[in-house]
Amino acid sequence: MLTWLSLIVLALFSGAAFVAGRRRAVAATGGRARVLHSLPNYYGTYAALWAGAPAALLLLAGAMFGGRVEDAVLQSTRPAAVQALEPDRQAVFYSDAQAIAAKQSPSEVAYEGDLKVALDAKVAEAKRVGTLINVGMLAAAAVLALAGFLLAFPRISTEFRARNRVEGWIGVLLIGCSVAAVLTTLGIVLSLVWESWRFFQSVNPLSFLFGTEWSPQIAMRADQVASAGAFGAVPLFAGTFLIMFIAMLVAAPVGLYSAIYLSEYASRGVRGVVKPLLEILAGVPTVVYGFFAALTVGPIFRAGFNALGAMLVGTMPGVGQYLMEVQNQMALVAGVVMGIMLIPFVSSLSDDIINAVPQTLRDGSYAMGATKSETVKKVILPAALPGIMAAMLLAVSRAVGETMIVTMAAGLQAKMTVNPLDTVTTVTVQIVTLLTGDQEFDSPKTLSAFGLGLTLFVVTLCLNIVALRIVQKYREQYD
Amino acid sequence: MTQILNPLASPLVKGHAMPVQSPDDTAHTPMIHTTVPHAHAAAPVGEPKIKARDVKVFYGDKQALFDVNIDIPAKSVTAFIGPSGCGKSTFLRSINRMNDTIPSARVEGSIEIDGADVNLKSVDPVVLRSRVGMVFQKPNPFPKTIFENVAYGPRIHGLATGKVELEAIVESSLKKAGLWNEVADRLHQPGTGLSGGQQQRLVIARAIAVSPEVILMDEPCSALDPIATARIEELIDELRSQFCIVIVTHSMAQAARVSQRTAFFHLGKLVESGPTEEMFTNPRDSRTQDYITGRFG
Repeated sequence: MLTWLSLIVLALFSGAAFVAGRRRAVAATGGRARVLHSLPNYYGTYAALWAGAPAALLLLAGAMFGGRVEDAVLQSTRPAAVQALEPDRQAVFYSDAQAIAAKQSPSEVAYEGDLKVALDAKVAEAKRVGTLINVGMLAAAAVLALAGFLLAFPRISTEFRARNRVEGWIGVLLIGCSVAAVLTTLGIVLSLVWESWRFFQSVNPLSFLFGTEWSPQIAMRADQVASAGAFGAVPLFAGTFLIMFIAMLVAAPVGLYSAIYLSEYASRGVRGVVKPLLEILAGVPTVVYGFFAALTVGPIFRAGFNALGAMLVGTMPGVGQYLMEVQNQMALVAGVVMGIMLIPFVSSLSDDIINAVPQTLRDGSYAMGATKSETVKKVILPAALPGIMAAMLLAVSRAVGETMIVTMAAGLQAKMTVNPLDTVTTVTVQIVTLLTGDQEFDSPKTLSAFGLGLTLFVVTLCLNIVALRIVQKYREQYD
Repeated sequence: MTQILNPLASPLVKGHAMPVQSPDDTAHTPMIHTTVPHAHAAAPVGEPKIKARDVKVFYGDKQALFDVNIDIPAKSVTAFIGPSGCGKSTFLRSINRMNDTIPSARVEGSIEIDGADVNLKSVDPVVLRSRVGMVFQKPNPFPKTIFENVAYGPRIHGLATGKVELEAIVESSLKKAGLWNEVADRLHQPGTGLSGGQQQRLVIARAIAVSPEVILMDEPCSALDPIATARIEELIDELRSQFCIVIVTHSMAQAARVSQRTAFFHLGKLVESGPTEEMFTNPRDSRTQDYITGRFG
């Protein structure tokens, strides 16, 4: 609240600096606007940036790290009564002290005797420290804002290159944003690597990557003799690739052919209607596809296979019996629905790639007396093939990383099977089940999620790199 | 007369070492005087190969071509000249119905090849285009090997019964296009790897591989350097004995060098057409006179 208020005040001050800077620049010209190096607004912006930006950064940093500083100060001295508590009770004690000081509701732990005295002392200290930090932060921000303004304002003269200086500020802003994006990604990858490293301390990476049995639940029961658990990821990747394969069987031909139709055959009117429709399909949240798979497609497929089984059970008892027992959750349902999800993705990427094939090639082929489909088959597709391959690889990496549909429609049993009617599980489904709910983050069971995540990340990264390389090579051909 | 331009005196037929006069030079020449050694071939003999009557072309509501009437003789080169946007390419594209590929385009009037109207519903544009080949402004070899580029037409039209016959067609087409000696040892390398001039001769070879009767060329040299241009012009002159060639060009010097007949288009109308020598020495219309002397365009 205080931060927001002070930011608003700062914005007003910065606005005032803008007006002042602009006025000073205009006044310096003595009425001849052409003598100014830059447009008057640049002078205003320059003054406003120096007055506002550093102080705003300080305020934001204060809002982010002020709490940490307060924690550190409070916990630097520990009364004897508190030291007697267990470590996690101590943590509760300090968070309660801060909560009471901030007039928020504390935990329901009752404090008595020495602890109550210590708590009251800490509450008072928390109030003092909190006020000190806030006041200090505000004062520092005010000084920074004023100093910035006083630095910038006297510089403004007719020769001053405000335009170039503002350009510099914009450069800093853009660099800051890209650095933030890169650092965040790096942080995610590093934490993934770090947690995986912890996992691989307890599970051999080779048996993880090449083991064929997956039953992480056993590892929870530490009292049992056979408690090692099994962390062989092969069945999970087998399930993942089975579903991916089915999905691509659906998405690749349908997506590619609809792209060919849209770019080569459709009239402008049809294209104007169908293309936005496909893009709407691309915007459907995957969870919607998930319950579409679980509640609509699954039961329909099951009913179909069961009926087929009932017909066949007389002639082929084995197959018939099997089909009659097929369940809702199967790789085929998840794969088909995932394929439907990928159709707009494949089709829109392929459409762009096919449109990038130069019109002169089409003209050349038509002028040779080729029909449309001959032209598509013999000239356009060969020319667009690298790009289409790249689009397919991107679709594959989306299929491999897709979570919601498989969670709802594929099942949880880790099996090594290529039977599309069987329930299988995927890497992403396992990560979800391992990490949802209350979990401790120090058992191999939960840590295995990071091992899976890292492996999946490496797989999709490789796919994307290959795809991007192909696209780059393809681009060079026509530029 | 400050400068006499005599394009046909360039060593067109002997070789291609000498650069050809660029179109800019013609634009500054007050008057062009040409001597046409093929003048005897200029006069149409017998029935014209292509006969256009009252051809109008519309793009949507905009009329791009107004009542074009022209006879184009067989086994000779006819050049279409005129400023940009004058409709010469539009008319060229009407002859093999390439305008069909533009949804808003509409053609009226009649264009007859050997007495048969190409715009009749009964005419299959696919078959028509196998009889009327086309070469474009920018070389557009397919992203295939040199061999496959030339074999493209014979393959889709089923002109060769076997591999040997197909190879023979490819070889003779490349020879006719004057490219054989340069590519004989690398027929199975990509056609896009050739130089611009070689690519243009490759697509000419591709066009003649299906033995068309007419070859339409839409500014075939405008993307080429002078030496490659001279090579193509020489080739056009050689092909004249077997095909009816129609060439659109911005270079009046080129029209004078390669064509026996010239047609001048302006603002969607055919202003005049006739033997090239007559057009350049003694134009009937003042607009033609203005254009070829560089007063506009």
